Amino acid sequence: MRIAVCIKQVPDTAEVKINRETGTLVREGVPSIINPYDMHAIEAALGLRDALGGKVTAITMGPPQAEAALREAISMGVDDGLLVTGREFAGADTLATSRALSGAIRAIGADLIVCGKQAIDGDTAQVGPEVAEFLDIPHVSYVRKIIEAEIDHEARGSIKVERLMDEGVDVVQAELPALITVVRELNTPRLPSLRGKINAKKTEIKKLSAAEIGLTPEVVGFNGSPTQVKKIFTPAPRCGRRVLEGGLEEQVEALVKELMEKKCL
Amino acid sequence: MDYFLSEEQMMIKELARQIAVEKIVPVRQELDEKEEFPWEIMRVLAGSDLFGLFIPEEFGGLGKGSLELTLAVEELSAACLGVSTTYAANALGTYPILLFGTPEQKQKYLPDIAAGKRLVAFGLTEANAGSDAGGIQTTARLEGGHYVLNGTKQWITNGGEAEIYTVIAMSDKSKGPRGASAFVVEKDTPGFSFGKKERKMGIRASATRELVFEDCRIPRENILGREGMGFIVAMKTLDSSRVGVGAQGVGVAQGAFDEAIKFTRSRVQFGHPIIAFQAIQHMLADMATEIEAARALVYHTARYMDSGANDVTKVSAMAKLFATDMAMRVTTNAVQVMGGSGYMREYPVEKMMRDAKILQIYEGTNQIQRNVIAQNLIKEAAKAK
Ligand SMILES: Cc1cc2nc3c(=O)[nH]c(=O)nc-3n(C[C@H](O)[C@H](O)[C@H](O)COP(=O)(O)OP(=O)(O)OC[C@H]3O[C@@H](n4cnc5c(N)ncnc54)[C@H](O)[C@@H]3O)c2cc1C
Repeated sequence: MRIAVCIKQVPDTAEVKINRETGTLVREGVPSIINPYDMHAIEAALGLRDALGGKVTAITMGPPQAEAALREAISMGVDDGLLVTGREFAGADTLATSRALSGAIRAIGADLIVCGKQAIDGDTAQVGPEVAEFLDIPHVSYVRKIIEAEIDHEARGSIKVERLMDEGVDVVQAELPALITVVRELNTPRLPSLRGKINAKKTEIKKLSAAEIGLTPEVVGFNGSPTQVKKIFTPAPRCGRRVLEGGLEEQVEALVKELMEKKCL
Repeated sequence: MDYFLSEEQMMIKELARQIAVEKIVPVRQELDEKEEFPWEIMRVLAGSDLFGLFIPEEFGGLGKGSLELTLAVEELSAACLGVSTTYAANALGTYPILLFGTPEQKQKYLPDIAAGKRLVAFGLTEANAGSDAGGIQTTARLEGGHYVLNGTKQWITNGGEAEIYTVIAMSDKSKGPRGASAFVVEKDTPGFSFGKKERKMGIRASATRELVFEDCRIPRENILGREGMGFIVAMKTLDSSRVGVGAQGVGVAQGAFDEAIKFTRSRVQFGHPIIAFQAIQHMLADMATEIEAARALVYHTARYMDSGANDVTKVSAMAKLFATDMAMRVTTNAVQVMGGSGYMREYPVEKMMRDAKILQIYEGTNQIQRNVIAQNLIKEAAKAK
């Protein structure tokens, strides 16, 4: 199975400090990491490859430094890395990013594409599904379990997964090629291996510009991004929280009554 | 200090540290309290290729040497000596095969060891043979195509958990020390069983058990080296592994020191962080100096061994002696500068102090190391005349 994993290099939010005077994030000197959800995507891809054979390519769109994220993925066992890079890609929103990534995936070919559910710096969860739309293939987001995957020598195959929903779990089967986005519950990412680290040092990272994936500068980066950010704020919590008072008996009674009223019981 | 490590050596150190920080530190207290064998961590080490470090590439390893093993052991030891003892004892048990195995024996065992699929243990000590290894009573009687083993090994690290055992037994008691031989015994061999798991002061994640041989028949080809070479195998094995015990000392001392620095910077008494008091500063300065001196000795000894030198007995004994006596002092002083907090299980230094004690005892007590060093000094002086 040819698997592509889309990964993003993000600032390590655990290390980000806040400038007390301006109230903004201090990004200088903050180490970069692979987006934590993408680590689970990498593990999923490696697990499938180890079971079914094939090859895993990690893809990222970013500045030249993003190469470090690809090398880290290789140290975990990913076979090679592809860096979509060039000035023309700067300032991309999710649409322009997905267009670029899908172009790169088309260029190398893939039976399965795995993405993290979202990036911790943007939190949109849009890029995975948008890549699938550009490629015109099915996608399943929020995958928390891969039930089975198969592929024959003519690259016909399918993947059956559990999708995490607000109210429970869907079991979804998709024909390949397909794209999945994954949540943390899916697996525990492996640590690098020594052979992987040695390999990561030596491997040459392929680079692709917009022209090389057949895209004009108008449709990528800032030019290709219709999004306009009007305001950034923390949304209010979706549901309220109430602490019941009184003894255990009273609390249970109040809880049952409330649940009945809300037609939960 | 910069020890001019190569890029790959730095990678090994980083990888071992990452495993220590992400996989060992979060569970070390629980492993200690439950006296639980760290199988999960052994699987991580296997997946990271660290079991293959010192095994030649032709047998599935990475073909590195003592220095690389030393670096990995040091980093793991900074997190938990129980875990690092498990890992280091695997190397101890492997050396007899690596140093004295035939090509067939190496092909049979080393690839699985390099992959971390099968763990190894080394069995020399017995109830009546501790420092005096010559006192071993376990026998190996040749009967046709088999050796028949009888006797009991005591306090064997990885006992019961390992699948491959390198064991020293008397194949001819009448010859005294020249009558000992080394053997490979596999776990499921009939007549081979284990005693109860020992309850210890420290390194509680490490399993220590008796090996019991009752008419245990092993194929004749399981002998390592020739008959009568048992003590040579044992001594060369210990010469190779002792520097690793030194590395454990450097690691645990560094781990304790790092805790001590962090604590003394934040603990305030008499209106000042306690690190502002000269009494504390001088203790920390001595600790840091001793750690660095031990590290330099351990690394350089490992490099000397990797250069192919064969007169390593004295220096490896020195590295073990100095680094482990240092580790006992530094872990004890880490508890001291942290006061009551250091004594509490909320902080890891009480465990480090309990753990560090074993380093002065196993693989030859530090008294025995001094004996070894002195014997070599006497030999050298006699030669110089
Ligand atoms: C946790 C643990 C794990 C171990 N793992 C292994 C293992 O994997 N494989 C294995 O084979 N063994 C193992 N051992 C055994 C270990 O190597 C011995 O305990 C050690 O060699 C000391 O022997 P002893 O305990 O019998 O002490 P003894 O030899 O009885 O010594 C007692 C005291 O007398 C001193 N002493 C003895 N003789 C002399 C002398 N000639 N000059 C000066 N002082 C002397 C010693 O230094 C010590 O202080 C392990 C032991 C422990 C506790």
